[in-house]
Amino acid sequence: MRYPFPVGAADFIQGDEAIARAAILAGCRFYAGYPITPASEIFEAMSLYMPLVDGVSIQMEDEIGSIAAVIGASWAGAKAMTATSGPGFSLMMENLGYAIMTETPLVLVNVQRSGPSTGQPTLAAQGDLMQAIWGTHGDHSLIVLTPATVQEAFDMTIRAFNLAEKYRTPVILLTDAEVGHMRERVYAPHPDELELIYRKLPANEEEAKYPFGDVHGDLVPPMPIFGKGYRTYVTGLTHDEKGRPKTVEAEVHEKLIKRIVAKIENNKEDIVDYEAYELDDADIVLVSFGIVARSAMRAVKELRKEGVKAGLLKLNVVWPFDFELIEKIAENAERMYVAEMNLGQLYHLVREGANGKADVELISKIGGEVHTPGEIVERIKKDLR
Amino acid sequence: MYLKSSYEIRGKYLRKDMLPTIFCPGCGIGAVLQYTLRAIDDLGLNQDEIVWVSGIGCSSRVPGYVNFDGLHTTHGRALAFATGIKLANPDLKVIAFMGDGDAAAIGGNHLIHAIRRNLDVTVILINNFTYGMTGGQVAPTTPKGLRGTTAPYGSFENPFDIAELAVAAGANYVARWSVFNYLQGINSIKKALQKRGFTLVEFLSQCPISFGRRNRLKTGPELIKWYQKITVPISKAKNMSPEELEGKIVIGEFVDRDRPSLIEEYEAYKRRAKKIMGWEE
Repeated sequence: MRYPFPVGAADFIQGDEAIARAAILAGCRFYAGYPITPASEIFEAMSLYMPLVDGVSIQMEDEIGSIAAVIGASWAGAKAMTATSGPGFSLMMENLGYAIMTETPLVLVNVQRSGPSTGQPTLAAQGDLMQAIWGTHGDHSLIVLTPATVQEAFDMTIRAFNLAEKYRTPVILLTDAEVGHMRERVYAPHPDELELIYRKLPANEEEAKYPFGDVHGDLVPPMPIFGKGYRTYVTGLTHDEKGRPKTVEAEVHEKLIKRIVAKIENNKEDIVDYEAYELDDADIVLVSFGIVARSAMRAVKELRKEGVKAGLLKLNVVWPFDFELIEKIAENAERMYVAEMNLGQLYHLVREGANGKADVELISKIGGEVHTPGEIVERIKKDLR
Repeated sequence: MYLKSSYEIRGKYLRKDMLPTIFCPGCGIGAVLQYTLRAIDDLGLNQDEIVWVSGIGCSSRVPGYVNFDGLHTTHGRALAFATGIKLANPDLKVIAFMGDGDAAAIGGNHLIHAIRRNLDVTVILINNFTYGMTGGQVAPTTPKGLRGTTAPYGSFENPFDIAELAVAAGANYVARWSVFNYLQGINSIKKALQKRGFTLVEFLSQCPISFGRRNRLKTGPELIKWYQKITVPISKAKNMSPEELEGKIVIGEFVDRDRPSLIEEYEAYKRRAKKIMGWEE
């Protein structure tokens, strides 16, 4: 296999470009999108590379069509991805729910900008966190990954595909304009170095009869992709294990939705990922994700220099959320600070996790600029005075 | 044409455990479904290589009743889903079974763009001038002056002519019939299924419960008789004045051509890309 970019080597590239290259290395062969700042470079890179690797990149009429085409491609057997930013992400919510309900593996990248509405197209934000987790209607669960560097954007894109295939679910890569447009050194492994996961297909006719049934006891049904002779019916309506619509039967709905949620929540240990920095003896704990976590990391170093026992919990996965981990950290902390580029979305989750064991404060910043380490340090020192 | 018994068609293609259907007495969807299955049967197409796609609405329930791979999607988006299916696996033949509200209102933009791209899909469009599933609201196809629950005094908007729209947007094959024209209907579906690119067969289909009752056409037969009255074959319509065509709906084959399809264009695009990059001669 020949690749149109360096593999097994380092390159100096943008976050958006890194996401596109990683997707191709992860086996993505279908991309559908609609241009939007600051996610367009992902689409442009995909357009450049896809025809060369015998994949498809197509510009749809809108974001609704983009995610729809991605779901269709996934059922036709392809690893598929789309990328967008706030306004497009809003448009995708209905079909994101369809993908959750039909257990369709796909990767959806949201390169966040400020909202609501058209907001600040060229500046970073973290205001779509709650939308990523709870944006589509109804009870559900999914996976949300949050890279802070260009290398992480690359690595987490590959992980996003692996998790999507493993758990037959949409995975959101929630990044932002800062990571998307920043250039950094990125090592792209040779494909032989990569561990790639492919969706479980039915082993036989019998398994294929239950495309939405827990046939292996791991809550993830094998996926009978189209054209293999299994004649699978896929619907967004509440359906039984065979995929037959059962729209008024309470027990069928409850069983289906609880399994879809449980296959994510019960596998938290496998999915959740974080970095604990100087947490062991920390009285002051910063919690952060994405680009802001880099400022928070620097702030911890500054505070330590000044004798403040500070530490950082950097979340690489924000859903499923590890409430128990937060509580454990809160038990040993005096105070926790959540630094984020919104008016307090992660803050709500951390406060719930802390469960009253520690005070939780918000260090919020909006307007398009990332917190400087100094701003975080100042705020914490002010409280210590 | 020799017609097999309906039982034979039903036994071969329908999922018995999904019956009965949700369709009301007098509905035309079952008839159009039968025409489609007869066309597939007559052509001897491989059941395992066909995917049925639909959006939301009465006719969109059809993929559930037929024993094929099927994707029952969100309202109006069937053709966007179909774009992904077809491009990801061009070996699959895609049939989109759609209603007029689904295809022309909420899905109007996907419809014209799928046609513009010449996506390889056969659209079977049930046009009953109304939103049947949600109880008889007016559709973008409701003839002016006729009633629906959201235009109780008679629709005041101009309706879409879906077949003309499809021709203008660039479809390879477009035909329109009423459910009454069954032989022509089956033949048109057969033609559509054999062509590359975008093909569309529209059927004027009766909805006595949601549409007919509100417009003094209470039964299926009454609606079919009304269709006979208001439809004009395309050959005859050519010699009629605009005044004579007022209130009429033209039926027949609107276009039959062979513009390159999306799949062919994308294959050529891939070759061009590799050549420009110097990967291939």
